[in-house]
Amino acid sequence: MKSAVIVFPGSNCDRDMAVALEKITGQKPVMVWHQEYDFPEVDFIALPGGFSYGDYLRCGAMSARSHVMKEVIKRANAGVPTLGVCNGFQILTEAGLLPGALMRNANLHFVCRDVEMTVENGDSMFTRNYEAGTTVTIPVAHHDGNYFADADTLDRLEGEGQVAFRYNDDVNGAQRRIAGILNEKGNVLGMMPHPERMIEPALGGTDGRVLFESVLHTLG
Amino acid sequence: MKARIHITLKNGVLDPQGKAIEHALGNMGFGGVDAARQGKYIELDLQHSDRAKAEAEVDEMCKKLLANTVIENYSIELE
Amino acid sequence: MTDIQITPELVKEHGLTTAEYDRILKALGRTPTITELGIYSVMWSEHCSYKSSRIHLKKLPTKAPWVIQGPGENAGVIDIGDGQAAIFKMESHNHPSYIEPYQGAATGVGGILRDVFTMGARPVANMNALRFGEPDHPKTRHLVAGVVAGIGGYGNCVGVPTVGGETNFDASYNGNILVNAMTVGLADTDKIFYSAAAGVGNPVVYVGSKTGRDGIHGATMASAEFTEDSEEKRPTVQVGDPFTEKLLIEACLELMATDAIVAIQDMGAAGLTSSSVEMASKGGVGFELILDHVPQREANMTPYEMCLSESQERMLMVLKPGREDMAKAIFEKWELDFAVIGHITTTGKLTLKFKGEVVGDLPIDSLVEDAPQYDRPSKPTPKRDAVDVAAPADLGKAVMDLVGGPNLCSRRWIWEQYDHMVMGDTIQRPGGDAAVVRIHGTMKGLAISTDVTPRYCYADPVEGGKQAVAETWRNITAVGALPLAITNCLNFGNPERPEIMGQFVGCLEGMGEACRTLDYPIVSGNVSLYNETNGKGILPTPAIGGVGVMADIDRMATIGFDRAGDMILMIGETKNELGASLYQKEILGEDKGLPPLVDLMVERRNGDFVRALIENGQVTTCHDLSDGGLIAALADMAIAGGMGASISVGDELPLHVQLFSETQARYLIAVDAELATTIRQEARDAGIPVTMLGTTGGERLRVNDGAIDLAMSDLKAAHQGWFPNYMNAAE
Repeated sequence: MKSAVIVFPGSNCDRDMAVALEKITGQKPVMVWHQEYDFPEVDFIALPGGFSYGDYLRCGAMSARSHVMKEVIKRANAGVPTLGVCNGFQILTEAGLLPGALMRNANLHFVCRDVEMTVENGDSMFTRNYEAGTTVTIPVAHHDGNYFADADTLDRLEGEGQVAFRYNDDVNGAQRRIAGILNEKGNVLGMMPHPERMIEPALGGTDGRVLFESVLHTLG
Repeated sequence: MKARIHITLKNGVLDPQGKAIEHALGNMGFGGVDAARQGKYIELDLQHSDRAKAEAEVDEMCKKLLANTVIENYSIELE
Repeated sequence: MTDIQITPELVKEHGLTTAEYDRILKALGRTPTITELGIYSVMWSEHCSYKSSRIHLKKLPTKAPWVIQGPGENAGVIDIGDGQAAIFKMESHNHPSYIEPYQGAATGVGGILRDVFTMGARPVANMNALRFGEPDHPKTRHLVAGVVAGIGGYGNCVGVPTVGGETNFDASYNGNILVNAMTVGLADTDKIFYSAAAGVGNPVVYVGSKTGRDGIHGATMASAEFTEDSEEKRPTVQVGDPFTEKLLIEACLELMATDAIVAIQDMGAAGLTSSSVEMASKGGVGFELILDHVPQREANMTPYEMCLSESQERMLMVLKPGREDMAKAIFEKWELDFAVIGHITTTGKLTLKFKGEVVGDLPIDSLVEDAPQYDRPSKPTPKRDAVDVAAPADLGKAVMDLVGGPNLCSRRWIWEQYDHMVMGDTIQRPGGDAAVVRIHGTMKGLAISTDVTPRYCYADPVEGGKQAVAETWRNITAVGALPLAITNCLNFGNPERPEIMGQFVGCLEGMGEACRTLDYPIVSGNVSLYNETNGKGILPTPAIGGVGVMADIDRMATIGFDRAGDMILMIGETKNELGASLYQKEILGEDKGLPPLVDLMVERRNGDFVRALIENGQVTTCHDLSDGGLIAALADMAIAGGMGASISVGDELPLHVQLFSETQARYLIAVDAELATTIRQEARDAGIPVTMLGTTGGERLRVNDGAIDLAMSDLKAAHQGWFPNYMNAAE
């Protein structure tokens, strides 16, 4: 499985994502700088966490309009599996690949801790190695993870099985405690928790590893 | 020409920062504040002299980058 | 500009004494220009020149076979084996943080990060040591919120984990909080960069953000006492831009992978002036700078402003000739300013040109080597008498009040606002004795701890100085790492008062002794004096940041009990040492008596024994004893492990003494019964005091058959609850 990690100015989980991908897929991902118009053909694209453009204007707003995102949008629409974690999730919504927006946490504080969440959809290419309904523990680290969408969109997400993960308890004020969502086709996942931070016991657990294994399982 | 852009959260979108401001004002003894909404203000120095053209372009800028129309409204003043 | 008359008032406004001004006249042989006066004022400020502290700092031990670079550079460097070095330093940002807590704390983090990556290291961990006024003081809540948000706002954005620290409250900090930030970085030992400029004609290059009018005279502010007035003035506080800092880190590390850099220095306090003077002074060369080439953020900046601006996220470098274009391309890729602003000369002077005119021409030596040095009179702190400290009215309530009080409660509210996991190597998260960060791609770990007990330093500076060093050593030991070296941040009051100078000298004496006995040298540090408001000084606070190494992160101890039925053992001996204890302060509201004596040989013997138990895989649950004594440590371990414990202590000393005494060199460990017997024997054979206290498990914390009997749920609620309840209370 060949993968790419997109690097924006201010990304800071790009190395963590690359380490996780290499550990689990056995192949070093290509690191793609935001100013590139094109990058090698890959089976999987990851938008890492961080503070691209310092979170200035709105989280992910400027990155979503970078050169490389035009290509990412094209490939994601063509079906290439694409994962956005934290700032990556914010970029996916700003780029229109996922509905809704991520707003400032309801208590206004940055939050970094392990959270429990439920796997709502156990059939997607990102979640098939989890069992639907199980609780997994994966850390969050964000200031703007408060998911917002209008009621119709939320109903549609719920109805179509596009809610991938849901926090067990309120973490940031997100509507319907949404932690991660899929696009309609199921090949784009955006999530606030960091699966790449839970890939070995020394870091506190392996619940995040399963997500990457699911993708690997799907893509072979 | 100068463009002044005000960006505010749409009605119905929760504004935690606005809520905190409202709460703090209340605690400080300022009664009579029913609601506070926090927004952004952006000033652009434009090269244009054609007002209509400038307005159209700034509108594009707002739609494409400066505001997130999923959650935000914007208004433009030209001077 | 050059027309500004240098009047006695102007000299005074620049914080220079008449004698100091005479010294300037002699060094120059003429009246200084206003720009030159400004430069002398910052270079000779306490903050930059260490004029009151230098003669005492020289006495500290700074050498060991593993020390690559001691004090005097941007940060200290130690060899951690396998061709790698740990580079670290701690620095204060006290005054700016009191005036504007968010930006003050944020730029403090930014500054210390730059000190570390300037030397070629990738920063891998941030820590901090924070002191606030008493919780009831009207300003405290606002300051805590702002400082914590500022530290998080900066560290989280640059993507360096903030892995721990310490926070305390005391009335002496009501008008003068302490914000001490520490960064640890990693580099290859053959890729370390220094600040000594060399190579006549080599280009002097400015990179990073543009220069604005921010923080002009910040260095002078850090060297004068606070008055009510300085709060009103709100001197142009620097604003941090962590996004630019992140780009600067990446760009510098990219350039450092080439061979283009001769010398590099960050622009910290006193900005361009201080960095160029230090680089020139260390290299024994001169600098000629064309100020017109300095990237400027604002129009019509004067040479005075450019030289003294403390705009953040800027660096100064000397490049090898001909490498400018390659270097420029790297900085442009990262969208940062890059400008050649001068070159190295043989004159031994800092020559400043602006609009074709010489606006400053100063002998480098007069700014650094020949800066004033003072041997200020000092008066030793009088020795206290030993006192008996009364028992509490209600033991159980005293435990609840301590564990659920401001100084011992959980700091979770703080560290959850810091990204403490980014970079994927945080093996021991905040809340334990020391943070442990894995050395990327290896099984080795760096253990880091910041400590000082200002109560002790106030009661007896020498013992307090020893204890501060010993406590970091013990915390690092308690996770299973070998302590290697320390950095420090020496926060004191006004050195012009002999009793404050006595505290300073005493603390340094104690620190030096501890460093020598524990083979634990000082490799970097910072002094912050004049921490006073209206003539009232803070408690002497020499914050120590220790760094140690463990060979195998799989053999690491944590504080939480992890099995019911384990035996709890205490290593070390409890003495009647309740003087200056936390119990006495918080429960009785008194501060009397001698602080605990630090026997460094015992410290070392007990610590080496405990570390060996962890290293050989026998012990995985360990906690050192400090503030609050045995019962506080036991409560920590029970709360962290989510289970109770039951212990019995003998009657050699009164029960409250056994529980709250803060005797040093003690640890609690929990192991299975069979191993407990073995360890007890091993300790006895080695002549180390050891006591079987009881067992883990259950849902209550019990001492001596019900003398204390607390529900873990209540204890935990009190421990976890204080901070969020305090912070969420209406202002």
